[in-house]
Amino acid sequence: MAWQDDWRRVRAIAWKDLTTERRSKAGFSGVVAFGVSVLVLFGFALGPEAAALRDAASGVIWLTVLFAGVLAFNRSFQVELESGAIETLLLYPGPRWAIFSGKLLANLVFVGVLLSIVIGVGIVLFQVGIPEAWPALLGVLALGTVGLVSLGTFYGAMASRSRAREVLLPLLLFPMLVPVLLAAIQASRALLGGDVMTEAGAWIRLLLAFDVIFLVATHLAFGAIIEG
Amino acid sequence: MHSIAHADPIATPSARWAWFGIFALLFLVFAQVTAVMISVPDRDMGHLQKIMYVHVPAAWTTFLAFFVVAICSLRVLFRGGERDDLLAASAAEVGAVFNALTLALGMMWGRPTWGVWWTWDARLTSTLVLLLIFIGYLSLRAFVDDPERRATWSAAVGVLGAINVPIVYMSVRWWRTLHQVQSAPSTLDPAYTLGLRLNAFAFLFVLIFLIRRRYEAAALLRAAEHADDARALGGR
Repeated sequence: MAWQDDWRRVRAIAWKDLTTERRSKAGFSGVVAFGVSVLVLFGFALGPEAAALRDAASGVIWLTVLFAGVLAFNRSFQVELESGAIETLLLYPGPRWAIFSGKLLANLVFVGVLLSIVIGVGIVLFQVGIPEAWPALLGVLALGTVGLVSLGTFYGAMASRSRAREVLLPLLLFPMLVPVLLAAIQASRALLGGDVMTEAGAWIRLLLAFDVIFLVATHLAFGAIIEG
Repeated sequence: MHSIAHADPIATPSARWAWFGIFALLFLVFAQVTAVMISVPDRDMGHLQKIMYVHVPAAWTTFLAFFVVAICSLRVLFRGGERDDLLAASAAEVGAVFNALTLALGMMWGRPTWGVWWTWDARLTSTLVLLLIFIGYLSLRAFVDDPERRATWSAAVGVLGAINVPIVYMSVRWWRTLHQVQSAPSTLDPAYTLGLRLNAFAFLFVLIFLIRRRYEAAALLRAAEHADDARALGGR
C-alpha cells in the first residue's frame, strides 16, 4: 500500500530527527533555557503586579514559544546541511512531501515539549490559575502549535539555506503568523478568564481553518523549494 | 536559460515607454489639480478630505501590485520562467513603496481626524502586516544568491503570503474595528467621485510605468549575470 510506505517514510524521518536531538541534548536544552529567560524578562517588563501578569500571561507564553521556536526551526534544516545530508535524503525514493511531514512531525514533538515547559514555568511565574475548561485550552494549544510549526518548518527549510538565516526566518515568519498568534492568544485568554463572552469558539474555528489551509499549501509547495 | 544573455527583447528600454512615463506623470498632475479644484470642503473634514485623492488610489494600487506578485508567483511555481520571476520582484518592490505611502498618508489623515497617528483597526493593521509580508519577500530575494533557487523560493513565499492576506484581514477585524467604511465611488458624495476616479487611473498609470522600469532594470541585471556565467564557463 502506497500510503503505508509514505507513512513509514514520515515516521523514519521524524524518528531520525528526534533521535539526533535526544542524543545531543545540547540543542534542545539551549532552546528551553532561552524560552525560560524570555519568560523572566517579560515578567520584568510587565510585572510585578499579579493582576497585570495574569492578564498578559497567554500573550507572553505564545510569544515566548514563537521566539524559542524560531531557533528550533532554523536548527531543523541546519543539521541536514552538515556533510551534505540533505542530498542523500533527497536521493531516497518516495515523495518530497514525506520529508516535510517527517520534519514537521519532529518539530511538533519538539515545540510541544517546549510549550509544556514554558507553560509550566509561566503558570508559576505569572500566577495563572488552571481554568475549568482546560480540555478546550489543550485544543487551542494543539491547534496553535500546528499552525506555528507548519509555517515555521516550511520557512526554516528556506531560511536555513540562505545567507543571514538568523534574520531572514523571523522576517518571513512573524507577519505570516499574525492570524495564528491573534487567534491562539485571544482564545487562550478567553478560556483562562472563563470565556464569559463565548468568543473562544470563533477563534478556535479560525485556528482550525488556518491550520488546514497552510498544512495543505506547505505540503504542496515543499517539493518545489527543496529541489533548489 | 542561456538565450537571455542577449537581453530579453521585450525588456529593452524603449522610447514608447519613456513617453508613457511622461504621460503618466502629466496625467497624475492633471488628476490631482482637477480633484482639488472641483471638490468642495467636506462638511466634517474640510480640506482634509483631499488626502483621499492620494491615500485611496495608493491603497488600491498596493493591492493590485500584490495581486501581480501572486499571479506571477503561481506561474513561476507551475511553469517556471525568468520573466514572471522578474516581474513578480518588480511588482513587489513598487507595491511595497505604495504600501508604505498608503500607511504614511493614512496617518497624516488620521492624526487630525481621529486624533491619533495610529489605531489598531482591521484595515490599518492588515495593511501594515501586508507591508511586513512584502518586506519578508524582498529580504528573501536579497539573501538568496542562486537565481533559480531565488525564483522558486520567492514564488512560494509570494503565494503563501497572498493566501494569508484575507486571513490576516479577517483575524484583525475580529480583534477590533474602527475604520470607516472603505471609500469607493459608490459610497461617496458625487462631488468627489470624478476626482477619485481620475486619480485611480493616474496611480494605475504610474504603477504600470514604475513596474515596467523596475522590470527593465532587473532584466538588464540578469542579462549581465548570464553573460558573466557564460564567460566564466569559457563561452563567448
